[in-house]
Amino acid sequence: MTVTHNSGTRTAGRASSNSPRTNRATSSKLRGKLPGILLIVAAAIFSIVPLISMLTAALAPQGSIPQGLSWPADPQWHNFIDAWNVANITVLLQSSILIVLGVVPISLLISTMAAYAIAILRIPLGKIFFLLLLLTLTLPYEITIVPLYQQVRELGLLDSQLGLILPLIGLNMPFAVFWMNAHFVTTPAELTEASSIDGASAWKSFLHIHLPLARPAISSLGLLMFLSTWNTFLLALVLVNDPNKRTMAGALQAFQSKYSTDIVLLNAGALLLMAPTIIVFLLLQKQFSAALLQGAVKG
Amino acid sequence: MSANIGIDGAAQTAQPGRPRRRPGRAIFRPRRWAGWLFALPALAFYGFFNLRAILQSVQYSFYEWNGIGASTFVGFQNYIDVFTQPELLRPLINAFYLILFFTVIPVLFGLVAAATMRTMEGRFSGALARTLLFLPQIIPGAAAAVAWTWMYSSNGVINQVLRAVGLESLTRAWLGDFDFALSAVGFIGTWLSTGLCTLLLISGIGKIDTALYEAARLDGANAVQQFLNVTVPGLRRELGVCVTVTIISALASFDVVYLATQGGPGGTTMVPGVQVYLLAFNDARLGAACALAVVLAILIVAIIVPLQRLFQERES
Repeated sequence: MTVTHNSGTRTAGRASSNSPRTNRATSSKLRGKLPGILLIVAAAIFSIVPLISMLTAALAPQGSIPQGLSWPADPQWHNFIDAWNVANITVLLQSSILIVLGVVPISLLISTMAAYAIAILRIPLGKIFFLLLLLTLTLPYEITIVPLYQQVRELGLLDSQLGLILPLIGLNMPFAVFWMNAHFVTTPAELTEASSIDGASAWKSFLHIHLPLARPAISSLGLLMFLSTWNTFLLALVLVNDPNKRTMAGALQAFQSKYSTDIVLLNAGALLLMAPTIIVFLLLQKQFSAALLQGAVKG
Repeated sequence: MSANIGIDGAAQTAQPGRPRRRPGRAIFRPRRWAGWLFALPALAFYGFFNLRAILQSVQYSFYEWNGIGASTFVGFQNYIDVFTQPELLRPLINAFYLILFFTVIPVLFGLVAAATMRTMEGRFSGALARTLLFLPQIIPGAAAAVAWTWMYSSNGVINQVLRAVGLESLTRAWLGDFDFALSAVGFIGTWLSTGLCTLLLISGIGKIDTALYEAARLDGANAVQQFLNVTVPGLRRELGVCVTVTIISALASFDVVYLATQGGPGGTTMVPGVQVYLLAFNDARLGAACALAVVLAILIVAIIVPLQRLFQERES
């Protein structure tokens, strides 16, 4: 990769020195940009190479030994159909969608309500609740898994989607309340005071004033939550034994250990398991980029 | 709904006298407590499935317990084990080594890329590059591990490139190599973090006032001095974000390592996350697992809190 880039620089440099005088200004500007552009291009290629390599391997004839990056002479697109059936993608899609639908709407609703209570209604001891959430925000999932396993077992929910949904909602709370609080503290004070003078109920002003205003913040949070839920791995591994009841990422582990020697099928299946998030990302690219950058800054 | 009743009641008592501020506040008190009805569902889920689990982990860490039979209180023995038994201490050391790959390399790359992009007019608008840089962020770590396991395999891209440039002697099964496996796993982290760090730093550098660079140039600062005295301080906030997020993902890594190597070969790539999982669910050493998890959590907080302070204090 590096080799191609270096030769790229050289040709570009020569081209600009050959350019006529009138273009000198533009070419020197271009030369200034060039190192940066090359770095970005290198990073972009670096980001995509593993995925392309998976694709070329997935298209090789089954049972053959594919080479890292080489387009197969006769791409076997039906490998994806085989992998779809072998990896049970239909069932997994249903399971993942069920888990996302169980986790995301409830998490969004109750975290928005809690942040509203803390930031707008200024409930007594709300600051302490918020501080507690903040304290646990950076703690790794590892510190919860052992007791969570016991708890979910006691509830009789091991090996079920519900047993994964409930803890995920709880684990989402610190970040979600933090995120929504960051939104609510920017709400103009007049809005809050106006509603309390009118004697409008807290619930009405939540529904009719604050919820509509919070829509952009809620939808970016929803995207981030969709992503983290869909990609849940450790918790799915611990709480759900049956890979067909896991999320896509969790199922990947079972699939990998079963087909680790069949490189063609493994790559085809792994690509299928990743495809839904990639498709959603490409469709909602702007929103995702904004949410991810913001999410990092706030987190 | 009972919130409404409480609030209406409060509003009614407030009506007659129409006092000004202070009594009004006092009267709104019951309403303020009723506001907890909004926070209660979140508190319930958080308390039961998050906070309680954390506190129980701390409790378990003082016991020896196999998860089924009786548990014995052992005091700090599990913690002593964490720092004296090589199979428990090594993962912690490995986790710190991973910071080099998850944090240092991506941040340095992002800084250099952002600094060289500064000369571009307007905002960075390479839509395609942006999309590609984001891709590693949205695919699960587990999938990244599968992709890179293939990249590192004997027929994978890494060895293919080495062969193409005549470095045949360097080719190996990277994830099975005692000397290189940990770095190879770390490099997956580099792949995961580089795009986000680059984009964050590029978006940050666009916000630095160009007058600062003019001033530095007039003072006779060369490119390196400008970089150190204007660019780096100007990106403090974004740097803080990159460093914080990536250090957490390095220290608490699980899915990448679990799928790529499971800690092998010979424990060379074992990280705390995988070791906690194996201790609890393979070896039935729940106390030791929790002690390691608690140590990991304390280490993360002990590193992140001062870092946050450092990056914020200077900002004001």
